[in-house]
Amino acid sequence: MSATAVNAPTREVTRIPRSLNSRARDAFAIAQRNLIAYRRVPQLLIFSTIQPIVFVIMFRYVFGGAIGGYKGFAYVDYLMPGVFVQTVVFGSLATAIGLATDMKSGLIERFRSLPMARSAVLTGRTFADLARNVFVYVLMVVVGVIVGFRIHGVIGAFLFSVVLALGFGYAMSWIFATVGLAVGDPETAQAAAFPVLAPLVFASSAFVSTASMPGWLQVWANHQPVTATVNAVRDLCLGLPATGDVIAALAWMIGIVVIFVPISVRLYRRAV
Amino acid sequence: MSEAAILVEDLHKRFGDLAALDGVDFQVPHATVFGLLGPNGAGKTTAVRILSTILPADGGRAEVLGHDVRRDADAVRLSIGLAGQSAAVDPNLTGRENLRLIGLLAQLPRPVILPRASELLDRFDLTEAADRPLRTYSGGMRRRLDVAAALVPKPPVLFLDEPTTGLDLQSRNALWEMIRDLVADGTTVLLTTQYLEEADRLAERVAVIDGGHVIANDSPKALKAELGSTVIEMEFSDAERAERAESLLPKVPDAHPEREGSTVRISSEDGSRLLMEALRLLDTEDLAPAKLNVREPSLDDVFLALTGHRAEAAEVAAESDDAPQDGARSNRGAA
Repeated sequence: MSATAVNAPTREVTRIPRSLNSRARDAFAIAQRNLIAYRRVPQLLIFSTIQPIVFVIMFRYVFGGAIGGYKGFAYVDYLMPGVFVQTVVFGSLATAIGLATDMKSGLIERFRSLPMARSAVLTGRTFADLARNVFVYVLMVVVGVIVGFRIHGVIGAFLFSVVLALGFGYAMSWIFATVGLAVGDPETAQAAAFPVLAPLVFASSAFVSTASMPGWLQVWANHQPVTATVNAVRDLCLGLPATGDVIAALAWMIGIVVIFVPISVRLYRRAV
Repeated sequence: MSEAAILVEDLHKRFGDLAALDGVDFQVPHATVFGLLGPNGAGKTTAVRILSTILPADGGRAEVLGHDVRRDADAVRLSIGLAGQSAAVDPNLTGRENLRLIGLLAQLPRPVILPRASELLDRFDLTEAADRPLRTYSGGMRRRLDVAAALVPKPPVLFLDEPTTGLDLQSRNALWEMIRDLVADGTTVLLTTQYLEEADRLAERVAVIDGGHVIANDSPKALKAELGSTVIEMEFSDAERAERAESLLPKVPDAHPEREGSTVRISSEDGSRLLMEALRLLDTEDLAPAKLNVREPSLDDVFLALTGHRAEAAEVAAESDDAPQDGARSNRGAA
């Protein structure tokens, strides 16, 4: 350390930024910071990619023979859209863990003492997790193709299904932002997330048809967001009529965002 | 702009049943260092968190450069830098990336950020480690980067929350030097510390907080004058001998012995005279202490004198400081 004068306390900026542009700049800075963490701590990414690959192998080769095809398609074509959606839903758990980690470390406190957009911590976090989901999604499509998955509809419909699934994952990120901010501790966030994730992902049409489930469970399984999104993504991949399922999936997505964005923002404002 | 850079008036903050701040007042003049002293849980970190807009107060007034921390929070945020136990750095980013992130979020123009980061890394002797993730830094390096991060936006008001805890002697001296330079350039510094010596070296004025109250607010010199410049601690082989010494020592002018078990403590402005007279007197009764410790008054002594109780837990916190940042949340509630 040198002993010469460090700075005269003149501030280069005196204006308080309120423009959309400066908000986006703050969010981008936070998103970039979160993405660097994925690069530096690759185990964060490796675990969340190995898990869906294990699911693909398990369902495709272990249970697949017993489950059988669907509307004339091979089981692998039924399975992969379910795996895609499951992957982005599990991926959104990273939002809870990331925010809880930042709260625990005190980083959120430093952010709160800075003249930055209040929204940036949450939007930056969720956008980083969206970017991460895009990466994992591409990987899972490649894995799917390797194990025999084929697109049966038009390519445009498939691409739309990707957007739909990623949009759903983004909406789920806001649910888990709420969880992460509420518990404020990464281990607790992970533990709290599983009871939410399990009924959503497993009691859905992701891996098996809901028709095989007992009646009481079907009531839940047929009326929940993962089933709606999986059905829409599956219809689009298989080239089946999709309008009804797509509308249901979009309705869920918008509903989740409308409810959980304000709750997360509120929790963030109160979090200390 | 008001005459004080930082103004705190009748500040209140409760956490459940605990009154962390129970009517705190102090003012910090421009371009001075103000020391906030107290043990863990005294309320000094709570005061810093309220002043840096992290935490809302329950009542009272808090202003930085004339801006109310609640109504005018953004103006306050544009004027302050925060380092220490209330602020963290990102362990996955490199030193340079951390400073760049703070620069961006502090709304500095892009072209000035990286040169500013390099300058600070150089000043804090971190250039070699600049492009390594913080996970690989030692506790002292992380502390230095934390202070550097607070300085990125050249803030006119700087909050340093126990900045030297866990620093080695050389880094600590360098940081003190830097704080003096900043103040010479016009920066106002609010420093919290558990060490009287630190406040003594740096601060024009010191407030001692305990249990949410300011129990003393004066220059370090005046505070120490109340205690004398020297503390003499005499440890006897048993409590009975210590008791006899305690009853004997008031014969020495100015000696006001305090006993704790088998230890008797006296303090005075004129340490060597007191020491000689005390030992001479004890010798006549064959009460030579088993152990003798002559030192400057510590915060502990100030506390003992001001409050009648020890600044407990202070040492525990100081020791745990080199540990990674995991514990940051646990000492937030009451601190």
